[in-house]
Amino acid sequence: MKKTLIMLSVVMLLVSAVFGAGTIKIGVAFPMTGGIAAFGQMTLNGVKVAQSLYPTVLGKKIVLIVADNRSDKTEAANVVSRLIDYNHVKAIIGEIASSHSLAGGSIAERSHVPMLSPASTNPLVTQGKHYVFRACFIDPFQGHVAAVFAYNNLKARTAVVFTDVVQDYSVGLANFFVKDFVAMGGKVYKEFYQSGDQDFSAQLTDALNKHPDVIYVPGYYPEIALMARQARQLGYTGPFLAGDGAEAPELVKIGGAAVNGVYYTSHFNADAPFTEIGKEFVAKYKEMFKESPSALAALGFDSYLLLRNAIKRAGSDEPEKIAAALRHTKHFEGATGYITIDKYGNTIKSAVVNVVKNGKFTYVTTINP
Amino acid sequence: MWLTDFAQNLINGTLLGGLYALIAIGYTMVYGILRLINFAHGDILMWGVYFALYAVVAFGMPWWLGFLVGIALAGFLGFGIEKIAYRPLRNAPRISSLITAIGMSFFLESLAVVVFGGIPKSFNIYPKFFNHTLIFGHLRIQTLTFFILGITFLLLLGVLWLLYRTKTGTAMRAIATDIPTTSLMGANVDRIISLTFIIGSMLAATSGIMWAMRYPQVQPYMGFVPGMKAFVAAVIGGIGSVPGALVGGFLLGMTEILVVGFFPNLAGYRDVFAYVILIVLLMFRPTGIFTVYSEQKV
Repeated sequence: MKKTLIMLSVVMLLVSAVFGAGTIKIGVAFPMTGGIAAFGQMTLNGVKVAQSLYPTVLGKKIVLIVADNRSDKTEAANVVSRLIDYNHVKAIIGEIASSHSLAGGSIAERSHVPMLSPASTNPLVTQGKHYVFRACFIDPFQGHVAAVFAYNNLKARTAVVFTDVVQDYSVGLANFFVKDFVAMGGKVYKEFYQSGDQDFSAQLTDALNKHPDVIYVPGYYPEIALMARQARQLGYTGPFLAGDGAEAPELVKIGGAAVNGVYYTSHFNADAPFTEIGKEFVAKYKEMFKESPSALAALGFDSYLLLRNAIKRAGSDEPEKIAAALRHTKHFEGATGYITIDKYGNTIKSAVVNVVKNGKFTYVTTINP
Repeated sequence: MWLTDFAQNLINGTLLGGLYALIAIGYTMVYGILRLINFAHGDILMWGVYFALYAVVAFGMPWWLGFLVGIALAGFLGFGIEKIAYRPLRNAPRISSLITAIGMSFFLESLAVVVFGGIPKSFNIYPKFFNHTLIFGHLRIQTLTFFILGITFLLLLGVLWLLYRTKTGTAMRAIATDIPTTSLMGANVDRIISLTFIIGSMLAATSGIMWAMRYPQVQPYMGFVPGMKAFVAAVIGGIGSVPGALVGGFLLGMTEILVVGFFPNLAGYRDVFAYVILIVLLMFRPTGIFTVYSEQKV
């Protein structure tokens, strides 16, 4: 009896070892519920498209373990700990909001597990870290693009800038915009709010008193949608300009007609893909989800491929080696352009400007670094 | 701040304050009768909004019928919650009911995430009429403002009438003082408490629908902040006092708007001011503005 038991457990161990050897576990730390849930869901769709096109690496199957950070900073750190300590993942794709990546990134750094953020654009996310990378451009560039677009294309001379004081993304992007816009000769007034606020009537009353040519809101879509509605009610008819945090179908669903005329800087537009693989991605995405992919979906797609490419070049699924390979990514063809990761873990790429027109995200122009 | 801006901010503040007052009325009514701080109030509010949304979007009802259905279903929900979660603890220490209420709040939020999904939905199901903006010189008022004020006052009068002019109301006030004695007087205590919860939940749903008409973003955590603010408003006004909830709501809404109006740079921290007011007020007047006489049983 005892012998059979021992035999059985040995067999079980062998079986689990064989199965374990056949897969590589990758953690995905996204906001799947809460305020910016749409971001997590869109990005995950992109990751899934990449997985269905390229399901294996080094002859092993890639398994995704999705963890929801509930759009919450504290939870963002918790899910990274859980993925590393409990699920023993080899690498992590995540997180999306910069403040979440800052919280989760320090844990990945400490555990020496590579973490690749699809969309955190704040420069601090990778600063001083050796295991945190990103697939997107950074905010000094995005703020510059917004300032150039506002000054040259929208012919704006007076801008009111709304900063979300609890989002590192928003604070950073607002500062970079202001610096460049003022340097070009524009005039800036500042207003503030915080994520989760629903009423902006007092700030908008003050803002509209300054007669702005453009209102720049480098925040996230839930607040931008409500702010646009209230601004239109208070009589503002001019354009809004936002960052990549504006792009989600919910912007239009919640904002309605009020968000027509919201311009935003972004990474990708499905109507004007930069690369061949971008076209392949758009086609496969439309086949799987029956809609056009968003910029975040494209970044999710690129993140998966960047990681897979790094594992392939490393020839190993050891976190340490994956991180080293990621650090040497050069001219990698992704859906959002050619990606080169510099020594700070950052990426240099072109940006697009889109606008909401009749409720549709419409391509306006591309601005190169 | 210019005079026109000040006037515009008074209008903005009236709208926000009216919404807080509306939510606070239901909050304070349940507390006044049962001495239970129903932390799930904001979540019942959220469920009411979802009920109304689904009644219109999924079942194709006209908007007004959808609203009524949402309010009615929220009443059922309140009835069920009381029966399952609060009734078994009626004779337990008050802290147990309080913890249960917090647990119920988390439960309702998480259940909503599972049932409705975490992505915010739009509440664009009401006629455009409510979004119409009236322009008086430089001032702009959303028609919804008048509607919210009207409903708030109507419900206030309704609740006061119920409490002070009906037999059921007399029983409710009696329960607030002493449950066993009320029961000896022949009142059906279980039925009255159920009724209190049904009415409280229907008030929550009504205020939630108004909230969603102003801020048309429906998501499982949407009730948390309004619920918390309404609680503060109710405490400022003197918790348990229905007119106090009204005054507290307007005071809170107006302060939030005017603080931002006068000090735009502090807008990101405006919640801090709301809670500072609460603390200062409680230091000088611990029972709130409208003091409710409470007798200590010896």
